[in-house]
Amino acid sequence: MGRITLDKVRKAFGDVEVIPPLDLTIEDGEFVVFVGPSGCGKSTLLRLIAGLEDVSDGQIRIDGKDATAVPPAKRGLAMVFQSYALYPHMSVRKNIAFPLRMAGLDKAEQDRRVAAAAEVLNLTDYLDRRPGQLSGGQRQRVAIGRAIVREPAAFLFDEPLSNLDAALRVGMRLEISELHKRLKTTMIYVTHDQVEAMTMADKIVVLRAGHIEQVGSPLDLYRAPRNLFVAGFIGSPKMNLIGGAVAAGHDATTIGIRPEHISVSAEAGDWKGIVGLSEHLGSDTFFHVTCEGIDGPLTVRVGGEVALDYGQTVWLSPDPAQIHRFDQNGLRIA
Amino acid sequence: MATQHARSAARVMMAPAVILLLGWMLVPLTMTLWFSFTRYLPMRGDSIERGLDWVGFENYVRFIGSSSFWPSVQATLLIVGGVLVITVILGVLLAILLDQPFWGQGIVRILVIAPFFVMPTVSALVWKNMMMDPVNGMLAHLWRFLGMTPVSWLSDASVQSIILIVSWQWLPFATLILLTAIQSLDREQLEAAEMDGAPVMARFWHIVLPHLGRAITIVVLIQTIFLLSIFAEIFVTTGGSFGTRTLTYLIFQRVVDSQNIGLGSAGGVYAIILANIVAIFLMRIVGKNLDR
Repeated sequence: MGRITLDKVRKAFGDVEVIPPLDLTIEDGEFVVFVGPSGCGKSTLLRLIAGLEDVSDGQIRIDGKDATAVPPAKRGLAMVFQSYALYPHMSVRKNIAFPLRMAGLDKAEQDRRVAAAAEVLNLTDYLDRRPGQLSGGQRQRVAIGRAIVREPAAFLFDEPLSNLDAALRVGMRLEISELHKRLKTTMIYVTHDQVEAMTMADKIVVLRAGHIEQVGSPLDLYRAPRNLFVAGFIGSPKMNLIGGAVAAGHDATTIGIRPEHISVSAEAGDWKGIVGLSEHLGSDTFFHVTCEGIDGPLTVRVGGEVALDYGQTVWLSPDPAQIHRFDQNGLRIA
Repeated sequence: MATQHARSAARVMMAPAVILLLGWMLVPLTMTLWFSFTRYLPMRGDSIERGLDWVGFENYVRFIGSSSFWPSVQATLLIVGGVLVITVILGVLLAILLDQPFWGQGIVRILVIAPFFVMPTVSALVWKNMMMDPVNGMLAHLWRFLGMTPVSWLSDASVQSIILIVSWQWLPFATLILLTAIQSLDREQLEAAEMDGAPVMARFWHIVLPHLGRAITIVVLIQTIFLLSIFAEIFVTTGGSFGTRTLTYLIFQRVVDSQNIGLGSAGGVYAIILANIVAIFLMRIVGKNLDR
């Protein structure tokens, strides 16, 4: 069980309010991702749930029980740190067994659980090594192993993949998702990378300056961003945001159109523009097109390998059904 | 072949320093070795100009056969060991304390380091006359205030007093090294241990202390080198009486008090051997600790 409820939780360091009163419910077994730019308070929020920071106001409930004043060890949560925080002088086996040893489990039970965790994480061959002798991905797995053996109510991940190289990150992303499917335990995952959020989450919580901007499934956020911030943050490449006369034509202050919802034509279309830089990824091609009457270049996605010359004139046509409209406060117009 | 040129140029440029240091070490060492095999009593008219009589191992046999030799080795090890234990334990505790954020941290840190800047002779005099004097010392006043008979520290508890004085001088060094080590401890490790259910003492025992392992071995190693040769503290306070005659002090007495340079030099060679035995043991431990 791992249902976590935040009730008007507030955090201030001195006079600086990092998290204004905030309500959030995380259901049992959910994979929730806190995402936002650096300094948005997502790590602080995770540390509040972990109990590593004291809540200034409000209440944290775990499975209905008030846990606001409960020390971190008694909350039944396990955390995987950004730096992994492995104990360098202990072998992998001892690292993983440490929480069990602290809980006073007998040696046989410790060995059994460590062996089981090592099996799940492919660490069996490395149990007698020290963390210093492992690669980044293996260290990451040891940190996860140390969290698994405790059989916690929920896992907390604090940007666990940010120290890995790109290829390994994709692999670990899948492994963590796989682990979640298998364990069916609540997971709270903090990241600044919207790709990680989109690919892993059941529910994304977008944060800015301690405020929750939007909560929803990845596709909800993609299809209907509640405001300009979410619209710009979710999706890669970023949504094109257009103001001025073009937006006014749609009865909005700003309109947003994703690069994948614009079609390109050499002959005719809504907006005439000049092709700037193009990025060829093989599967997709992104063009940066400067259009008449629109500030800044628009990003356009075309599937497959398409060649357009630098400086060539093209016409762009947005898919009218996929235009997002925002009012003067940056809020979505339904 | 730029690197080869650079390397030979580097050798040439380092040569003066290396030769100077080597000479600084080799000349006294050779002279000590030479004197230790000769009869050299300046008061009886022996001198280098007139030539010294070669006596073989006679000085070595006499030095080790003297009734004060083994007690002096014992006193040396007792004082060195005592100071090491006190400075390491208190050093760890002080380092943890100074690592906590508190008001006036900067000033307190400087104050803690201050004893290290006091010359050994001065600090020994201050301890002897201001703190430990059985009539006018601070400790005597305190003892009387508590209704007890003042202790004549330097005669009744002489070894303990020397250990106290030397520990006071070396505690700052230990604290400083251990403080920097403790500051390099990853906070996330402590937080992880906290989440893993380790209470404060367990965190200290399983995380902080192993992290300090290297720093502690370095403190022990460096301090041992210097503590084996403490002299001023003993000279100024007890003058080597009441069981505080260390090997260093015994050599001093043989050379200066008895004016027997040959015998003293033989003692010096024993001191070198003792220091090396201790050093080998320490290097083993350090090597094991640094290997990880």
